[in-house]
Amino acid sequence: MSGILNSSIGRKFAMALSAFFLMIFLVQHFAINILSVFSADTFNEASHFMGTFWVVQYIFQPILILGVIFHFVMGMILEIRNRNARKIAYVKNNGNANSTWMSRNMIWTGGVILLFLGLHFYDFWLPEINTKFIEGDMSGMINGEYRYYEELQHKFVDVWRVALYCLAFVFLALHLLHGFSSAFQSVGANNKYTRGLRGFGKAYAIIIPLGFIFIALYHHFNY
Amino acid sequence: MKLTLKIWRQKNADTKGKLVDYQIDGIEGDMSFLEMLDVLNEQLINKGEEPVAFDHDCREGICGTCSLYINGEAHGPDRLITTCQLHMRMFNDGDTIHIEPFRATAFPVIKDLVVDRTSFDRIQHAGGFISVNTSGNTIDANAIPVNKHDADTAFESATCIGCGACVASCVNSSAMLFVGAKVSQFALLPQGKIEATERVLNMVKQMDEEGFGNCTNTGACEVECPKGISLENIARLNREYLAASLKG
Repeated sequence: MSGILNSSIGRKFAMALSAFFLMIFLVQHFAINILSVFSADTFNEASHFMGTFWVVQYIFQPILILGVIFHFVMGMILEIRNRNARKIAYVKNNGNANSTWMSRNMIWTGGVILLFLGLHFYDFWLPEINTKFIEGDMSGMINGEYRYYEELQHKFVDVWRVALYCLAFVFLALHLLHGFSSAFQSVGANNKYTRGLRGFGKAYAIIIPLGFIFIALYHHFNY
Repeated sequence: MKLTLKIWRQKNADTKGKLVDYQIDGIEGDMSFLEMLDVLNEQLINKGEEPVAFDHDCREGICGTCSLYINGEAHGPDRLITTCQLHMRMFNDGDTIHIEPFRATAFPVIKDLVVDRTSFDRIQHAGGFISVNTSGNTIDANAIPVNKHDADTAFESATCIGCGACVASCVNSSAMLFVGAKVSQFALLPQGKIEATERVLNMVKQMDEEGFGNCTNTGACEVECPKGISLENIARLNREYLAASLKG
Protein backbone atom coordinates (compact mmCIF):
# COMPACT_ATOMS: atom_id res chain seq x y z
CA MET A 1 0.00 0.00 0.00
CA SER A 2 2.92 2.30 0.73
CA GLY A 3 3.93 4.58 -2.08
CA ILE A 4 0.69 4.07 -4.00
CA LEU A 5 0.58 7.79 -4.81
CA ASN A 6 3.97 7.46 -6.49
CA SER A 7 2.52 5.12 -9.09
CA SER A 8 0.67 6.27 -12.19
CA ILE A 9 -2.41 4.20 -11.33
CA GLY A 10 -2.39 5.31 -7.68
CA ARG A 11 -2.32 8.96 -8.72
CA LYS A 12 -5.10 8.31 -11.21
CA PHE A 13 -7.19 6.67 -8.47
CA ALA A 14 -6.59 9.59 -6.07
CA MET A 15 -7.52 12.03 -8.82
CA ALA A 16 -10.79 10.15 -9.37
CA LEU A 17 -11.65 10.05 -5.65
CA SER A 18 -11.17 13.81 -5.32
CA ALA A 19 -13.28 14.25 -8.48
CA PHE A 20 -16.13 12.19 -6.96
CA PHE A 21 -15.99 14.33 -3.84
CA LEU A 22 -16.08 17.57 -5.83
CA MET A 23 -18.92 16.34 -8.05
CA ILE A 24 -21.02 15.47 -4.98
CA PHE A 25 -20.23 18.90 -3.50
CA LEU A 26 -21.34 20.53 -6.75
CA VAL A 27 -24.79 18.92 -6.45
CA GLN A 28 -25.09 20.11 -2.85
CA HIS A 29 -24.00 23.64 -3.84
CA PHE A 30 -26.51 23.67 -6.69
CA ALA A 31 -29.32 22.36 -4.48
CA ILE A 32 -28.88 25.29 -2.08
CA ASN A 33 -28.38 27.92 -4.80
CA ILE A 34 -31.50 26.91 -6.72
CA LEU A 35 -33.53 27.57 -3.56
CA SER A 36 -32.81 31.27 -4.14
CA VAL A 37 -34.93 31.15 -7.30
CA PHE A 38 -37.96 29.73 -5.49
CA SER A 39 -37.83 31.28 -2.01
CA ALA A 40 -35.58 33.95 -0.53
CA ASP A 41 -36.48 32.85 3.01
CA THR A 42 -35.65 29.21 2.43
CA PHE A 43 -32.37 30.19 0.74
CA ASN A 44 -31.50 32.43 3.71
CA GLU A 45 -32.21 29.68 6.22
CA ALA A 46 -30.23 27.08 4.29
CA SER A 47 -27.31 29.49 3.83
CA HIS A 48 -27.30 30.40 7.50
CA PHE A 49 -27.34 26.74 8.49
CA MET A 50 -24.43 25.95 6.13
CA GLY A 51 -22.52 29.03 7.26
CA THR A 52 -22.82 28.44 10.98
CA PHE A 53 -23.21 24.67 11.59
CA TRP A 54 -19.87 23.60 13.07
CA VAL A 55 -19.71 20.28 11.16
CA VAL A 56 -19.96 22.14 7.85
CA GLN A 57 -17.68 25.01 8.87
CA TYR A 58 -14.91 23.17 10.65
CA ILE A 59 -14.96 19.71 9.05
CA PHE A 60 -16.57 19.76 5.58
CA GLN A 61 -15.25 23.17 4.53
CA PRO A 62 -11.56 22.43 5.22
CA ILE A 63 -11.95 19.02 3.54
CA LEU A 64 -13.51 20.73 0.53
CA ILE A 65 -10.70 23.27 0.24
CA LEU A 66 -8.10 20.53 0.61
CA GLY A 67 -10.00 18.49 -2.01
CA VAL A 68 -9.86 21.37 -4.50
CA ILE A 69 -6.15 21.96 -3.83
CA PHE A 70 -5.39 18.22 -4.06
CA HIS A 71 -7.32 17.86 -7.35
CA PHE A 72 -5.44 20.83 -8.83
CA VAL A 73 -1.97 19.84 -7.60
CA MET A 74 -2.43 16.22 -8.69
CA GLY A 75 -3.68 17.43 -12.08
CA MET A 76 -0.54 19.52 -12.50
CA ILE A 77 1.72 16.62 -11.46
CA LEU A 78 0.01 14.36 -14.01
CA GLU A 79 0.28 17.05 -16.69
CA ILE A 80 4.01 17.59 -16.12
CA ARG A 81 4.71 13.86 -16.26
CA ASN A 82 2.58 13.50 -19.37
CA ARG A 83 4.38 16.33 -21.15
CA ASN A 84 7.71 14.70 -20.34
CA ALA A 85 6.43 11.47 -21.82
CA ARG A 86 6.46 13.07 -25.30
CA LYS A 87 9.11 15.74 -25.61
CA ILE A 88 8.92 15.99 -29.41
CA ALA A 89 5.41 16.66 -30.69
CA TYR A 90 3.96 15.30 -33.91
CA VAL A 91 4.12 17.67 -36.86
CA LYS A 92 0.65 16.45 -37.84
CA ASN A 93 -1.69 15.02 -35.23
CA ASN A 94 -5.35 14.25 -35.89
CA GLY A 95 -6.60 14.03 -32.31
CA ASN A 96 -10.22 14.57 -33.34
CA ALA A 97 -10.15 11.24 -35.16
CA ASN A 98 -9.93 9.24 -31.96
CA SER A 99 -10.85 11.36 -28.94
CA THR A 100 -12.93 14.33 -27.84
CA TRP A 101 -11.58 17.86 -27.43
CA MET A 102 -12.73 17.77 -23.80
CA SER A 103 -10.73 14.65 -22.98
CA ARG A 104 -7.53 16.12 -24.44
CA ASN A 105 -7.85 19.52 -22.76
CA MET A 106 -8.79 18.78 -19.14
CA ILE A 107 -5.83 20.82 -17.88
CA TRP A 108 -7.05 23.94 -19.72
CA THR A 109 -10.72 23.62 -18.78
CA GLY A 110 -9.60 22.86 -15.22
CA GLY A 111 -7.32 25.92 -15.26
CA VAL A 112 -10.19 28.20 -16.24
CA ILE A 113 -12.33 26.71 -13.46
CA LEU A 114 -9.51 27.38 -10.99
CA LEU A 115 -9.30 31.02 -12.12
CA PHE A 116 -13.05 31.27 -11.67
CA LEU A 117 -12.74 29.85 -8.16
CA GLY A 118 -10.41 32.79 -7.38
CA LEU A 119 -13.18 35.21 -8.40
CA HIS A 120 -15.82 33.15 -6.61
CA PHE A 121 -13.81 33.13 -3.37
CA TYR A 122 -13.25 36.88 -3.70
CA ASP A 123 -16.97 37.43 -4.22
CA PHE A 124 -18.45 35.19 -1.53
CA TRP A 125 -16.04 33.16 0.57
CA LEU A 126 -13.59 35.87 1.68
CA PRO A 127 -16.37 38.35 2.71
CA GLU A 128 -18.03 35.49 4.66
CA ILE A 129 -14.78 34.66 6.47
CA ASN A 130 -14.26 38.36 7.17
CA THR A 131 -17.79 38.86 8.59
CA LYS A 132 -17.86 35.69 10.66
CA PHE A 133 -14.34 35.17 11.90
CA ILE A 134 -12.66 38.62 11.77
CA GLU A 135 -15.58 40.88 12.65
CA GLY A 136 -17.05 38.08 14.76
CA ASP A 137 -20.60 38.53 13.51
CA MET A 138 -22.17 35.06 13.33
CA SER A 139 -25.75 36.33 13.29
CA GLY A 140 -26.09 36.35 9.50
CA MET A 141 -28.27 39.45 9.90
CA ILE A 142 -28.25 43.05 8.69
CA ASN A 143 -30.89 45.38 10.06
CA GLY A 144 -32.81 42.47 11.57
CA GLU A 145 -32.98 40.46 8.32
CA TYR A 146 -30.85 37.66 6.89
CA ARG A 147 -28.23 39.12 4.55
CA TYR A 148 -27.50 36.10 2.28
CA TYR A 149 -30.18 36.56 -0.41
CA GLU A 150 -29.48 40.29 -0.65
CA GLU A 151 -25.73 39.67 -1.00
CA LEU A 152 -26.32 37.04 -3.67
CA GLN A 153 -28.52 39.31 -5.77
CA HIS A 154 -26.13 42.23 -5.34
CA LYS A 155 -23.26 40.21 -6.81
CA PHE A 156 -25.16 39.52 -10.01
CA VAL A 157 -26.01 43.13 -10.85
CA ASP A 158 -22.79 43.62 -12.81
CA VAL A 159 -23.28 42.23 -16.32
CA TRP A 160 -19.55 41.47 -16.74
CA ARG A 161 -19.46 39.42 -13.56
CA VAL A 162 -22.51 37.47 -14.77
CA ALA A 163 -20.81 36.93 -18.14
CA LEU A 164 -17.65 35.63 -16.40
CA TYR A 165 -19.72 33.27 -14.26
CA CYS A 166 -21.58 31.96 -17.32
CA LEU A 167 -18.31 31.45 -19.22
CA ALA A 168 -16.79 29.60 -16.28
CA PHE A 169 -19.81 27.29 -16.10
CA VAL A 170 -19.42 26.49 -19.81
CA PHE A 171 -15.86 25.40 -19.03
CA LEU A 172 -17.15 23.44 -16.03
CA ALA A 173 -19.54 21.61 -18.37
CA LEU A 174 -16.68 20.83 -20.78
CA HIS A 175 -14.56 19.56 -17.87
CA LEU A 176 -17.36 17.37 -16.54
CA LEU A 177 -18.31 15.99 -19.96
CA HIS A 178 -15.10 13.98 -19.84
CA GLY A 179 -14.38 14.02 -16.12
CA PHE A 180 -17.54 12.27 -14.92
CA SER A 181 -17.12 9.02 -16.86
CA SER A 182 -13.32 9.24 -16.66
CA ALA A 183 -13.47 9.11 -12.84
CA PHE A 184 -15.43 5.86 -12.96
CA GLN A 185 -12.99 4.33 -15.48
CA SER A 186 -10.08 5.35 -13.22
CA VAL A 187 -11.43 3.41 -10.26
CA GLY A 188 -11.87 0.36 -12.48
CA ALA A 189 -15.59 0.63 -13.10
CA ASN A 190 -16.09 -0.45 -16.70
CA ASN A 191 -18.95 -2.94 -16.99
CA LYS A 192 -22.51 -3.40 -18.25
CA TYR A 193 -23.56 -0.17 -16.52
CA THR A 194 -20.89 1.96 -18.23
CA ARG A 195 -23.03 2.99 -21.20
CA GLY A 196 -25.85 4.16 -18.91
CA LEU A 197 -23.36 5.87 -16.62
CA ARG A 198 -21.90 7.79 -19.56
CA GLY A 199 -25.38 9.00 -20.49
CA PHE A 200 -26.05 10.04 -16.91
CA GLY A 201 -22.64 11.74 -16.79
CA LYS A 202 -23.44 13.78 -19.90
CA ALA A 203 -26.78 14.83 -18.42
CA TYR A 204 -25.06 15.79 -15.14
CA ALA A 205 -22.32 17.69 -16.98
CA ILE A 206 -24.88 19.79 -18.84
CA ILE A 207 -27.72 20.17 -16.32
CA ILE A 208 -25.67 21.27 -13.29
CA PRO A 209 -23.64 24.04 -15.04
CA LEU A 210 -26.73 25.12 -16.99
CA GLY A 211 -28.57 25.36 -13.68
CA PHE A 212 -25.86 27.60 -12.24
CA ILE A 213 -26.03 29.78 -15.37
CA PHE A 214 -29.81 30.01 -14.96
CA ILE A 215 -29.43 31.10 -11.32
CA ALA A 216 -26.90 33.83 -12.24
CA LEU A 217 -29.10 35.14 -15.07
CA TYR A 218 -32.26 34.94 -12.92
CA HIS A 219 -30.77 37.19 -10.26
CA HIS A 220 -29.26 39.53 -12.84
CA PHE A 221 -32.64 40.16 -14.46
CA ASN A 222 -34.71 40.13 -11.25
CA TYR A 223 -32.75 42.48 -9.02
CA MET B 1 -1.92 7.74 -58.18
CA LYS B 2 0.47 10.65 -57.74
CA LEU B 3 1.33 11.62 -54.16
CA THR B 4 3.44 14.04 -52.15
CA LEU B 5 5.05 12.37 -49.15
CA LYS B 6 6.33 14.34 -46.18
CA ILE B 7 8.56 11.83 -44.42
CA TRP B 8 10.45 12.24 -41.14
CA ARG B 9 14.17 11.74 -41.84
CA GLN B 10 16.58 11.41 -38.96
CA LYS B 11 20.10 10.09 -39.36
CA ASN B 12 20.34 8.51 -35.90
CA ALA B 13 19.17 8.82 -32.31
CA ASP B 14 21.56 11.67 -31.55
CA THR B 15 20.70 13.97 -34.45
CA LYS B 16 17.70 16.18 -35.06
CA GLY B 17 15.26 15.08 -37.70
CA LYS B 18 13.01 16.93 -40.14
CA LEU B 19 10.25 16.30 -42.64
CA VAL B 20 11.52 15.82 -46.19
CA ASP B 21 9.25 16.06 -49.25
CA TYR B 22 9.16 13.31 -51.87
CA GLN B 23 7.07 13.07 -55.03
CA ILE B 24 5.94 9.60 -56.03
CA ASP B 25 3.94 8.45 -59.05
CA GLY B 26 2.37 5.23 -60.35
CA ILE B 27 0.98 4.08 -56.99
CA GLU B 28 -1.91 1.60 -57.32
CA GLY B 29 -4.85 1.56 -54.90
CA ASP B 30 -4.31 -2.16 -54.24
CA MET B 31 -0.76 -1.59 -52.97
CA SER B 32 -0.20 -1.66 -49.24
CA PHE B 33 1.28 1.40 -47.58
CA LEU B 34 4.56 -0.44 -47.01
CA GLU B 35 4.69 -1.46 -50.69
CA MET B 36 4.32 2.21 -51.56
CA LEU B 37 7.33 2.93 -49.33
CA ASP B 38 9.19 0.05 -51.03
CA VAL B 39 8.59 1.77 -54.38
CA LEU B 40 9.88 5.05 -52.95
CA ASN B 41 12.98 3.36 -51.53
CA GLU B 42 13.71 1.67 -54.86
CA GLN B 43 13.62 5.09 -56.51
CA LEU B 44 15.88 6.57 -53.84
CA ILE B 45 18.39 3.73 -54.15
CA ASN B 46 18.43 4.08 -57.94
CA LYS B 47 19.22 7.77 -57.48
CA GLY B 48 21.99 6.92 -55.04
CA GLU B 49 20.14 8.37 -52.04
CA GLU B 50 19.67 6.84 -48.60
CA PRO B 51 16.42 4.81 -48.46
CA VAL B 52 13.85 5.55 -45.76
CA ALA B 53 14.25 3.24 -42.75
CA PHE B 54 11.00 1.78 -41.44
CA ASP B 55 10.04 -1.28 -39.38
CA HIS B 56 8.29 -4.23 -41.01
CA ASP B 57 8.24 -7.99 -40.76
CA CYS B 58 5.24 -10.29 -41.32
CA ARG B 59 3.27 -7.80 -43.44
CA GLU B 60 0.04 -9.56 -42.50
CA GLY B 61 -0.93 -7.71 -39.34
CA ILE B 62 0.14 -10.21 -36.68
CA CYS B 63 3.72 -9.43 -35.66
CA GLY B 64 3.33 -5.87 -34.38
CA THR B 65 6.54 -4.69 -36.02
CA CYS B 66 5.28 -2.05 -38.41
CA SER B 67 4.36 1.29 -36.94
CA LEU B 68 4.20 4.78 -38.56
CA TYR B 69 2.09 7.80 -37.70
CA ILE B 70 0.28 8.52 -40.95
CA ASN B 71 -1.59 11.79 -41.45
CA GLY B 72 -1.82 12.24 -37.70
CA GLU B 73 -2.96 8.72 -36.77
CA ALA B 74 -1.16 5.56 -35.68
CA HIS B 75 -1.33 3.02 -38.55
CA GLY B 76 -3.13 5.62 -40.68
CA PRO B 77 -6.75 6.54 -41.24
CA ASP B 78 -8.29 3.04 -41.42
CA ARG B 79 -9.50 1.10 -38.36
CA LEU B 80 -8.50 -2.29 -36.87
CA ILE B 81 -5.48 -2.60 -39.13
CA THR B 82 -1.73 -2.28 -38.91
CA THR B 83 0.25 -0.13 -41.34
CA CYS B 84 1.09 -3.20 -43.46
CA GLN B 85 -2.66 -3.78 -43.91
CA LEU B 86 -3.35 -0.17 -44.88
CA HIS B 87 -4.12 0.07 -48.59
CA MET B 88 -3.37 3.01 -50.82
CA ARG B 89 -7.04 3.07 -51.88
CA MET B 90 -7.60 4.96 -48.62
CA PHE B 91 -5.87 7.94 -50.27
CA ASN B 92 -6.69 10.04 -53.32
CA ASP B 93 -4.64 11.08 -56.29
CA GLY B 94 -2.77 14.29 -55.47
CA ASP B 95 -2.88 13.78 -51.69
CA THR B 96 -0.10 14.92 -49.39
CA ILE B 97 0.70 12.27 -46.77
CA HIS B 98 2.58 13.02 -43.54
CA ILE B 99 4.61 10.05 -42.29
CA GLU B 100 6.20 10.29 -38.85
CA PRO B 101 7.61 7.79 -36.35
CA PHE B 102 5.62 6.80 -33.24
CA ARG B 103 6.54 9.51 -30.75
CA ALA B 104 7.12 8.95 -27.03
CA THR B 105 10.06 9.47 -24.72
CA ALA B 106 9.92 5.73 -24.03
CA PHE B 107 10.06 5.04 -27.82
CA PRO B 108 13.21 6.92 -28.92
CA VAL B 109 13.82 7.24 -32.65
CA ILE B 110 16.67 5.03 -33.89
CA LYS B 111 16.62 6.17 -37.51
CA ASP B 112 14.02 7.84 -39.75
CA LEU B 113 10.75 6.04 -38.92
CA VAL B 114 12.25 3.27 -36.79
CA VAL B 115 11.74 3.58 -33.03
CA ASP B 116 13.07 1.55 -30.13
CA ARG B 117 10.12 -0.23 -28.51
CA THR B 118 12.16 -2.46 -26.20
CA SER B 119 10.54 -0.65 -23.26
CA PHE B 120 7.55 -2.92 -23.98
CA ASP B 121 9.84 -5.96 -23.76
CA ARG B 122 11.15 -4.81 -20.39
CA ILE B 123 7.58 -4.41 -19.11
CA GLN B 124 6.85 -7.98 -20.28
CA HIS B 125 10.01 -9.24 -18.59
CA ALA B 126 8.83 -7.63 -15.35
CA GLY B 127 5.78 -9.90 -15.12
CA GLY B 128 4.08 -10.69 -18.43
CA PHE B 129 4.41 -14.46 -18.01
CA ILE B 130 3.40 -17.39 -15.82
CA SER B 131 5.94 -19.65 -14.11
CA VAL B 132 5.48 -23.28 -15.15
CA ASN B 133 7.55 -26.26 -14.11
CA THR B 134 8.80 -27.70 -17.39
CA SER B 135 10.81 -30.57 -15.88
CA GLY B 136 8.57 -33.19 -17.42
CA ASN B 137 5.46 -33.10 -15.25
CA THR B 138 3.86 -30.06 -16.87
CA ILE B 139 0.08 -30.13 -16.61
CA ASP B 140 -1.69 -29.49 -19.89
CA ALA B 141 -3.29 -26.04 -19.81
CA ASN B 142 -6.54 -27.51 -21.12
CA ALA B 143 -6.81 -29.77 -18.06
CA ILE B 144 -7.95 -26.81 -15.95
CA PRO B 145 -11.56 -25.82 -16.73
CA VAL B 146 -12.08 -22.14 -17.56
CA ASN B 147 -15.52 -20.66 -18.10
CA LYS B 148 -16.24 -19.59 -21.67
CA HIS B 149 -16.67 -15.89 -20.97
CA ASP B 150 -13.35 -15.61 -19.13
CA ALA B 151 -11.56 -17.68 -21.77
CA ASP B 152 -12.91 -15.50 -24.58
CA THR B 153 -12.12 -12.25 -22.75
CA ALA B 154 -8.59 -13.44 -21.94
CA PHE B 155 -8.10 -14.42 -25.58
CA GLU B 156 -9.27 -11.00 -26.75
CA SER B 157 -6.71 -9.38 -24.43
CA ALA B 158 -4.03 -11.76 -25.68
CA THR B 159 -4.53 -10.57 -29.26
CA CYS B 160 -2.50 -7.45 -28.39
CA ILE B 161 0.51 -7.52 -30.71
CA GLY B 162 2.46 -4.88 -28.77
CA CYS B 163 2.84 -2.55 -31.74
CA GLY B 164 2.71 0.59 -29.57
CA ALA B 165 -0.12 2.34 -31.46
CA CYS B 166 -1.80 2.94 -28.07
CA VAL B 167 1.21 4.88 -26.82
CA ALA B 168 1.63 6.73 -30.11
CA SER B 169 -2.04 7.80 -30.21
CA CYS B 170 -2.34 8.78 -26.58
CA VAL B 171 -2.01 12.50 -25.86
CA ASN B 172 -0.10 11.43 -22.72
CA SER B 173 1.98 8.65 -24.32
CA SER B 174 0.47 6.24 -21.83
CA ALA B 175 1.11 2.51 -22.16
CA MET B 176 -1.82 1.45 -20.00
CA LEU B 177 -3.77 -0.25 -22.79
CA PHE B 178 -0.76 -2.45 -23.57
CA VAL B 179 -0.07 -3.23 -19.89
CA GLY B 180 -3.81 -3.63 -19.26
CA ALA B 181 -4.06 -6.23 -22.03
CA LYS B 182 -0.97 -8.11 -20.83
CA VAL B 183 -2.17 -8.15 -17.21
CA SER B 184 -5.73 -9.06 -18.23
CA GLN B 185 -4.83 -12.09 -20.33
CA PHE B 186 -3.39 -13.73 -17.20
CA ALA B 187 -5.62 -12.19 -14.53
CA LEU B 188 -8.68 -13.81 -16.09
CA LEU B 189 -7.23 -17.33 -16.14
CA PRO B 190 -6.54 -19.71 -13.20
CA GLN B 191 -2.96 -20.20 -14.39
CA GLY B 192 -2.31 -16.49 -14.01
CA LYS B 193 -3.82 -15.99 -10.57
CA ILE B 194 -0.87 -17.43 -8.59
CA GLU B 195 1.49 -14.57 -9.54
CA ALA B 196 -1.25 -11.96 -10.07
CA THR B 197 -0.24 -9.65 -7.22
CA GLU B 198 3.46 -9.38 -8.00
CA ARG B 199 2.79 -9.38 -11.75
CA VAL B 200 0.67 -6.22 -11.80
CA LEU B 201 2.85 -4.40 -9.26
CA ASN B 202 6.05 -5.19 -11.16
CA MET B 203 4.64 -4.41 -14.61
CA VAL B 204 3.18 -1.06 -13.53
CA LYS B 205 6.45 -0.18 -11.73
CA GLN B 206 8.41 -0.96 -14.89
CA MET B 207 5.90 0.98 -17.02
CA ASP B 208 6.37 4.04 -14.82
CA GLU B 209 10.16 3.69 -14.84
CA GLU B 210 10.18 3.61 -18.63
CA GLY B 211 8.71 7.13 -18.67
CA PHE B 212 5.28 6.47 -20.17
CA GLY B 213 2.62 9.04 -19.29
CA ASN B 214 -0.48 8.73 -17.13
CA CYS B 215 -3.73 7.55 -18.68
CA THR B 216 -6.46 10.22 -18.64
CA ASN B 217 -9.05 7.99 -20.31
CA THR B 218 -9.26 9.85 -23.62
CA GLY B 219 -9.98 6.52 -25.36
CA ALA B 220 -7.70 7.28 -28.33
CA CYS B 221 -5.77 4.05 -27.72
CA GLU B 222 -8.90 1.92 -28.06
CA VAL B 223 -9.89 3.63 -31.32
CA GLU B 224 -6.45 3.30 -32.92
CA CYS B 225 -5.60 -0.21 -31.65
CA PRO B 226 -5.29 -2.54 -34.66
CA LYS B 227 -6.60 -5.43 -32.57
CA GLY B 228 -9.53 -3.61 -30.94
CA ILE B 229 -8.21 -3.98 -27.38
CA SER B 230 -10.85 -2.25 -25.28
CA LEU B 231 -10.66 0.20 -22.37
CA GLU B 232 -12.06 -2.57 -20.17
CA ASN B 233 -8.48 -3.82 -20.01
CA ILE B 234 -7.32 -0.55 -18.44
CA ALA B 235 -10.20 -0.67 -15.93
CA ARG B 236 -9.20 -4.25 -15.06
CA LEU B 237 -5.55 -3.15 -14.72
CA ASN B 238 -6.65 -0.41 -12.31
CA ARG B 239 -8.66 -2.90 -10.24
CA GLU B 240 -5.87 -5.47 -10.22
CA TYR B 241 -3.31 -2.85 -9.23
CA LEU B 242 -5.39 -1.39 -6.41
CA ALA B 243 -6.21 -4.86 -5.05
CA ALA B 244 -2.53 -5.84 -5.27
CA SER B 245 -1.45 -2.61 -3.55
CA LEU B 246 -3.80 -3.33 -0.64
CA LYS B 247 -2.40 -6.86 -0.35
CA GLY B 248 1.22 -5.85 -0.86
